[in-house]
Amino acid sequence: MTRTPSTSTVAIHDEYDIVHVRHAAREAATTAGFSLVQQTKLVTAASELARNALVHGGGGQADITIDNLRANATVRMTFTDKGPGIPDIEAAMADGFTTGSGLGLGLGGARRLADQFRLESTPGRGTVVEISMSVRRSAGP
Amino acid sequence: MAGVPIVNLNGVLLVTIQEELLDQSVAEFESDLTEKVVEARARGVLIDVSVLDVIDSFLARTLHDIAAITSLMAARTVVVGMRPAVAITLVELGLTLPGLLTALSVEEGLSLLAPPAGHARTALR
Repeated sequence: MTRTPSTSTVAIHDEYDIVHVRHAAREAATTAGFSLVQQTKLVTAASELARNALVHGGGGQADITIDNLRANATVRMTFTDKGPGIPDIEAAMADGFTTGSGLGLGLGGARRLADQFRLESTPGRGTVVEISMSVRRSAGP
Repeated sequence: MAGVPIVNLNGVLLVTIQEELLDQSVAEFESDLTEKVVEARARGVLIDVSVLDVIDSFLARTLHDIAAITSLMAARTVVVGMRPAVAITLVELGLTLPGLLTALSVEEGLSLLAPPAGHARTALR
């Protein structure tokens, strides 16, 4: 399979968009062939990161890519905002850290739920968070 | 995405979440329910979440807060019907929600909230 990866973009401007991001994540996870538990983890992580982008970043967008190039389909989600950025990333990643509503589990929780997690933030410029998760076959060598 | 209906069942408020909620609806639900508990002098609250295929940290925190608030008003809250994949995800997210009463079905939840023994007959389980 050498298809080019398919990408979709969801704008994040209000609370409805958090729901839209969850639905787009669910769709990508089912397309990629994720198990129900994997789907739920991806959608939950997407919900946390979409809310972060809205509440802390003042909105932004989520880009969702399904990468089928290898045997194991991978869903990659990138959340971009142009908010104030995160001055202390280490503190923001810690459980219980919050400047808004919620339990402060957004970033740390999303990192635990995803296979891969990357965060880049420039104070004054904004934040990019990327997570990815690959389909896991239950049977195999 | 309208409000969440709350039904009074002999002193137990039965709440069946019927669709995915917006953050704003979640906040309204918390305050509506709190007022209803006082109004109905409810001894228990049963929240059926079986329709939800995702519970993120915001909703989980609200469920936890509702339980804490109602307990200050002499009512116990039981969360019913959480899906296995949701429970697995919440624990991995770091939300074990200690102190939250749960039951697998509405029926079991109601028996947890049965009136104290001594009125009609003792009905432990």
